[in-house]
Amino acid sequence: MRDVGAEAAEVEGRRGWMGLLARARPDRLAALVTSEMQAELEAATWLRRPEVGAVMVRGRIGGTGTPFNLGEMTVTRCALRLASGAVGIAQVQGRDRGHAARAALVDALLQGPGAAAVRAAVLAPLAADEAARRADTAAKAAATRVEFFTLVRGED
Amino acid sequence: MYVAVKGGEAAIEAAHAWLAEARRGDPGIASLTVAQIREQLTLAVNRVMAEGSLYDPDLAALAIRQARGDMIEAVFLIRAYRTTLPRFGASLPADTGAMRVVRRISATFKDAPGGQVLGPTFDYTHRLLDFALAAEGADPAPAPRAAADLRPVPRIAAFLGSEGLIEPQPVADDPPGDLTREPLAFPADRALRLQALARADEGFTLGMAYSTQRGYGRTHAFVGELRIGTVEVEMEVPELGFAVCIGEVELTECETVNQFTGSKSEPPQFTRGYGLSFGQNERKAISMSLVDRALRWRELGEENTGAPAQDEEFVLAHGDNVQATGFLEHIKLPHYVDFQAELELIRRLRAEALAGARAESAE
Repeated sequence: MRDVGAEAAEVEGRRGWMGLLARARPDRLAALVTSEMQAELEAATWLRRPEVGAVMVRGRIGGTGTPFNLGEMTVTRCALRLASGAVGIAQVQGRDRGHAARAALVDALLQGPGAAAVRAAVLAPLAADEAARRADTAAKAAATRVEFFTLVRGED
Repeated sequence: MYVAVKGGEAAIEAAHAWLAEARRGDPGIASLTVAQIREQLTLAVNRVMAEGSLYDPDLAALAIRQARGDMIEAVFLIRAYRTTLPRFGASLPADTGAMRVVRRISATFKDAPGGQVLGPTFDYTHRLLDFALAAEGADPAPAPRAAADLRPVPRIAAFLGSEGLIEPQPVADDPPGDLTREPLAFPADRALRLQALARADEGFTLGMAYSTQRGYGRTHAFVGELRIGTVEVEMEVPELGFAVCIGEVELTECETVNQFTGSKSEPPQFTRGYGLSFGQNERKAISMSLVDRALRWRELGEENTGAPAQDEEFVLAHGDNVQATGFLEHIKLPHYVDFQAELELIRRLRAEALAGARAESAE
């Protein structure tokens, strides 16, 4: 029997990298995928060719209440099987088929024996980019945070 | 009555060729790129995404270019494109509490935990034309940076809620109705009303909201909280059996706090109006929350004063600018046979009336 904790950790790990790949800038991901990885993509079997569609984005009434349909976003999805047998899946924002294909490729590679190398070559730079982008935005927001001064009213 | 009319093909082709030329403008001036529109006319892009009801900044920018800046035409193009896309599913409800805020203000609490964060706002600008922007000039100096707290910002409503001073926000997890799948029927529940308002014309929604402030269905709104920022979107993927993040969207959320004196069943407490929009779109989000609150009169046991903003059918049936413009603009298309019938009717009535008058004067 498999360890439930280990399985949950595996799911969390995969959730993490799939999200990171989905949020990545498509050109940045393309630049990080090496020619060896790209060769595996050429040799892969499509389980679902990249397809552009829409996902209905939901919000919640009052931010925390009953869900409602806000509007759709474009999404590209695909699934592939590498020669090794590993299956990669991608559902990524936008209409870039290459982005979805590379995300599925990396998802499959991260389940195989070369995962550590792929993690270092692709995930680490993507995570660093995203963290830097978010930190910079937060720093700009922080600079616009209002510091109030209480004016002396001279009542004493 | 519509009639098939043959002919005019050459005229239509020439008109469209001229449209393309007019869209390009003076060829001596550099052509505008879609990327330039996306990056520099961001608020126009946001409006087209919100009212087009499709989050895709590149497509919205393309639509604006194709429509020569006619925003409703651009919204129309996005709506038409959307119908060509297969629907992969619905996201989990976006967690706006985890928003990475670029702007967050409260008009009700000066010292709101999380602070008043102004973000890239027009507020406090002098609204004087900046002629420096008319000159080809250098890029602006980088905006200042300060040490940031990366934790999520707490909700203002939660503070009032902890004291029981504001109505609780009920949660039912039934799938919400979708007016893009089922035609809108009245009365519509609040989820459907919010979907309709989220894609409604900004000008119409603003006008309706303004009418409530001027006394037509007054609800005494304060902006409890307005926040703008990015939120991750997650969706269950059937092949995986769990939800994954599929991307990130920028949203504007407004929650109003409204006076409420209580009813037979409810103690005096504040009530809420809610607005949520794609992109940085705060006029729309605030307007939406005021109209949402005005439409809740029945549920809250308030008086229907007959104000337009309290009339759900009036608001929801007229807020969609693509529907409205479709019906409005169709009257300029050929109605030759219709009008021939009208013309003949008027001629006959006139002839009868004149004949009657002559007969009378002859008596």
